[in-house]
Amino acid sequence: MIAAIVAGDSQLFHELIRPYERSVYVMAFSMMKNEADAEDVAQEAFLKAFRNLAGFRADAKFSTWLITIMLNEARNRLRRSSTAKTESLDDTDPETGSVSPAVLVDWREIPSETLERAEVRSLLENAVKALPEIYRQVFLLRDVEGFSVSEAAEALKISEVAVKVRLHRARMMLQKALAPVLKSMTPARRRWFSWS
Amino acid sequence: MVIDCKHVWEHISGFIDGTLDPAVREMVQRHLETCEICSAVLDSTRNILILTADDRVFELPVGFSERLHARLDEAMREEPPEN
Ligand SMILES: [Zn+2]
Repeated sequence: MIAAIVAGDSQLFHELIRPYERSVYVMAFSMMKNEADAEDVAQEAFLKAFRNLAGFRADAKFSTWLITIMLNEARNRLRRSSTAKTESLDDTDPETGSVSPAVLVDWREIPSETLERAEVRSLLENAVKALPEIYRQVFLLRDVEGFSVSEAAEALKISEVAVKVRLHRARMMLQKALAPVLKSMTPARRRWFSWS
Repeated sequence: MVIDCKHVWEHISGFIDGTLDPAVREMVQRHLETCEICSAVLDSTRNILILTADDRVFELPVGFSERLHARLDEAMREEPPEN
């Protein structure tokens, strides 16, 4: 399909990118932290991808190529904007030491229907947004957008080992931040009410 | 061989992804069978992963796709891709 687009059938590009719209936007949102800038960066990334499609190499994955373009766009924009908070500390994170999870007993399954509640959705989004950048990126690509370890490594230009280490730490940080809150939001139902 | 809780926590991700060496997996599995704390850590982590991966979290803004494709159409009219 890419060859056809490059040869002139531009309309096919619309079909080509549909499966990747969400992951590009979600990653852009994680960088820009607000919807308007994230949408702008995502649009810009797709435009750049269209203009540079002839330069796409078949040995790369299209999904990871798009993410790389988007990350460059987001970083350029953050660098240009004087008001943006830099997260320079993240870059020097030694990734040593371990993250301990929240210790609790008797976890009661929280069903997906709970996500109908906007407060639960924003609780989850905010916890992910609060992760340091290097953990947030890996977590979103792998656990939210379903990239494989090697695809995430390719998109972020890091090793597969780094993906696994960061992913583990991201998951533990999220468990630590979310498990106690989620548990307290869903009080254990008494057994004698369960038939009602 | 017996391992303690902290050691088990280091393997939670690998356990969830099924990437542990069989011997390590066996050790973790045996610990989980008797440890309420580590079982709760594993269950809560798994639960949180299922919730955050749900499409209802991190939703696209309303009209995102329409605006994106409209902008692409505009760009395509102006400048077809270079060969
Ligand atoms: Zn334990």
